[in-house]
Amino acid sequence: MQFRKSWIMTLALTSVLALSACGANNATTNNGGGNTSATNAPTETSGTELKGSVLASGSTALQPLVEQVAEKFMESNKGVDIQVQGGGSGTGLTQVAEKQVDIGNSDVFAEEKLKDADADKAAALVDHQVAVVAIAAVTNKEVGVKDLTKQQLVDIFTGKVTNWKEVGGKDEKIQIINRPGSSGTRATFESFALGTKTEDLQGSIQEDSSGTVKKLVSETPGAIGYLALSYLDDSLTTLSYDGVEPSVDNVIAGKYPVWAYEHMYTNGEPNETVKAFLDYFLTDEVQSGDVVELGYIPASKMQVARDVKGNVTTK
Amino acid sequence: MKPRTADKIATTLIVFFALLIVGILVGLLGYILMRGISHISWDFLTSAPQKIRAGGGVGPQLFNSIFLLFLTLLITVPLGLGAGIFMAEYARPGKLTAFIRLIVEVLSSFPSIVVGLFGLLLIVNYFNLGFSLISGALALTVFNLPLMVRITEQAFRTVPKQQKEAGFALGLSKWKIVTSVLFPVALPTIITGTILSAGRVFGEAAALMFTAGMSSPRLDFGNWNPLSPSSPLNPFRPAETLAVHIWKINSEGLAPDAVQIAAGASAVLVITVLIFNLAARYFGRFIYRKLTASKRMN
Amino acid sequence: MKANKSRIEKHHIEDFIGRTYMSFCVTLLIVIIVSMVYFVASKGLSTFISGTTSVSEFFFGTKWSPDGDTPSFGALPFISGSFLVTLLAALIASPLSICAALFMTEIVPGWGKKLLQPVIELLSGIPSVVYGFVGLSVIVPLLRNIFPGQGIGVAAGALVLSVMILPTITSVAADALSSLPQNLKESSFALGATRWQTISRVIIPTTLPAIMTGVVLGMARAFGEALAVQMVIGNAPFVPRSLFESASTLTSVITLGMGNTTMGSPHNNALWSMALVLMLMTFVFVFLVRLLERRNKI
Repeated sequence: MQFRKSWIMTLALTSVLALSACGANNATTNNGGGNTSATNAPTETSGTELKGSVLASGSTALQPLVEQVAEKFMESNKGVDIQVQGGGSGTGLTQVAEKQVDIGNSDVFAEEKLKDADADKAAALVDHQVAVVAIAAVTNKEVGVKDLTKQQLVDIFTGKVTNWKEVGGKDEKIQIINRPGSSGTRATFESFALGTKTEDLQGSIQEDSSGTVKKLVSETPGAIGYLALSYLDDSLTTLSYDGVEPSVDNVIAGKYPVWAYEHMYTNGEPNETVKAFLDYFLTDEVQSGDVVELGYIPASKMQVARDVKGNVTTK
Repeated sequence: MKPRTADKIATTLIVFFALLIVGILVGLLGYILMRGISHISWDFLTSAPQKIRAGGGVGPQLFNSIFLLFLTLLITVPLGLGAGIFMAEYARPGKLTAFIRLIVEVLSSFPSIVVGLFGLLLIVNYFNLGFSLISGALALTVFNLPLMVRITEQAFRTVPKQQKEAGFALGLSKWKIVTSVLFPVALPTIITGTILSAGRVFGEAAALMFTAGMSSPRLDFGNWNPLSPSSPLNPFRPAETLAVHIWKINSEGLAPDAVQIAAGASAVLVITVLIFNLAARYFGRFIYRKLTASKRMN
Repeated sequence: MKANKSRIEKHHIEDFIGRTYMSFCVTLLIVIIVSMVYFVASKGLSTFISGTTSVSEFFFGTKWSPDGDTPSFGALPFISGSFLVTLLAALIASPLSICAALFMTEIVPGWGKKLLQPVIELLSGIPSVVYGFVGLSVIVPLLRNIFPGQGIGVAAGALVLSVMILPTITSVAADALSSLPQNLKESSFALGATRWQTISRVIIPTTLPAIMTGVVLGMARAFGEALAVQMVIGNAPFVPRSLFESASTLTSVITLGMGNTTMGSPHNNALWSMALVLMLMTFVFVFLVRLLERRNKI
């Protein structure tokens, strides 16, 4: 038995060694591959003022941006550790309201999710709008429509119009690829493109994820859906809205109305480290760099502003 | 219809359906591997994923999957052995034993999404462990533990009675018999079962989306201090596993080669499961041979 | 004498520690299940306790619009969707699985088992996200080309699930068939019955409860499967009018909504109620398995 015990120990040790060997290999290939992420252990450098750890969670749409900015921020502030987690806007708002995280990322205003009994929780949250996401209606390439008015979109999404020929396209049945009722993207599309909440239609497809929506719209004959601008490409037809093309410039100028803020909420005023991180987010370096690179629209560039009730004002 | 004709038709149908299943598997594996294998390279397996550029890999995800599996087994194997040995050797038939057996059965058939939600509520939010490896491992424990209990119990039950009786005849204590007589004999079956259950853990996604999270912070593979936040070994960091990553890039992937990455990652996942299966078979046989040989020497 | 006494004590201590540890493991199992039931039930029941909706409205209401101006929480579309895909999947998979089991045990017991055993193990090892991925890229376009509709829908979900539960049913059925006493078959052959007559009149009727156990276990897995189904079923919150229409299951609506809603909101609570339904259905499935096993023994 003694022999066997030591044998098991050896096995465990070997596997740990093998694992660490794997890790070492990873590090070297990262270097070799020209990956920019730093592979040397972060050391406490004297002279940095900021310290502490920041935990952010929530919106999966905003997550890639926050991750990327966090990495940059950590590189210049070695004492700070920022963890970014997903979970969805609802989770982010829940966790920041319960003070389980420092920052709750959300695609929608907190007031829209934390209603009725939870309204006082929303009141305690401080909003930081870091980016803007615009949403465009897209169709399958074959339907032959390039532009829809607000009323036509409403008719399609409420099921009044069921064939593309009624709005000037081919004789093809309209297939709606919608989002689930809890989706922030759907809330934005309904508020600012349709101007009304729509009921789910029997037989409509609902997907939460932009990738799946894109795949289905490009594959399904007669399909219509809506996507954030960063997902658009040649596999789909992007529709103009009331004659306005959904472009970054049109959004910034306030001509194209279907957009929403990406929010980073803190519970009360943020502490020094969190504030520095959020301030860094609004610097020109990030707003014109990472935000644009990842397909969002810089919040700082917007020439119009919108409040929680949807009132738009020119800056 | 003549019985003989009926017999022939039935036999043909049975053979046809059986081969159809083989066909489904071959088609499935073929499809996954054909689409994915061309994308697998050393670089793909080791480099970090890219958010919007092509050429990202699944290095951290692969590491997370393996590390999470390791953590889960670290928790479940000792606990599963304890409970399994109790069920096989100590429990007297009665209401309590029947109840525990029922618990094991119910626990192992809970849908993984329910386990994930339970983990979200209790481990992530209530115990405030956040989306982390340790939350994921604890959630996986919920459905891996009953499997381990069952594997251990069955393994101990297959040990011939005579071995135990010989132990008693020598005046050994029950604990001594369990640890020195029965355990070595049961070990090969336990290991085989553990490796097979590991395959399930490796491919689990639904429970992990709500517990281990869907993000993978930058890992510093030169830093092996488990307490450092950027260390791969830190169990309190969020960790996206390979299976969750497939789900995520299928749905939210912005990189132009997201489809190929999903295909490649699927292939990696399937190949790993294949390896687990082969390893389970080979390992079980190997250890069995080792143990029986060493016994003869004694 | 002294030495002897201390040795006995050492054994006693070892035995005591072993027993304590094992009792701890078993207690842990009980703690896990009790806390799971408690937490999921307390969250799930809050929908009804807070008066958001009544039990009958939840189970029989067909209108699901939790964020509408007049919120309504009818979960019938999801409950019926879950049952529909589960039953369909069982209907497709059961004949295939029974044929495979017969192939392994009756038609060609030698290489049939060698061929199918690994196939079954591999099929059960493929992660569910991979099934969903393949379903979305193979089954959905295929159905779209052959049948009316968009390919996505109940039929696609049922097909994906049926492949996923094939291994469960097959392995249980094969175990049942191979444990059948040899003399039953031999006496049937001696009476001049063909193989098909033996299978259909003797083997299947005798092993039916055991085979049904496999079917129920498979259905339990199908009922709780989340990701693979969610990817191909379309997720429209309606009771489907045809097999090729988009519908939802309990698991798919939970996966879609859980992250997007805040804890404690009526919408979120309704999702927890559905998780509670999933949990209760697990109890039902385990109960059915028990019932069938009891019949099997007689």
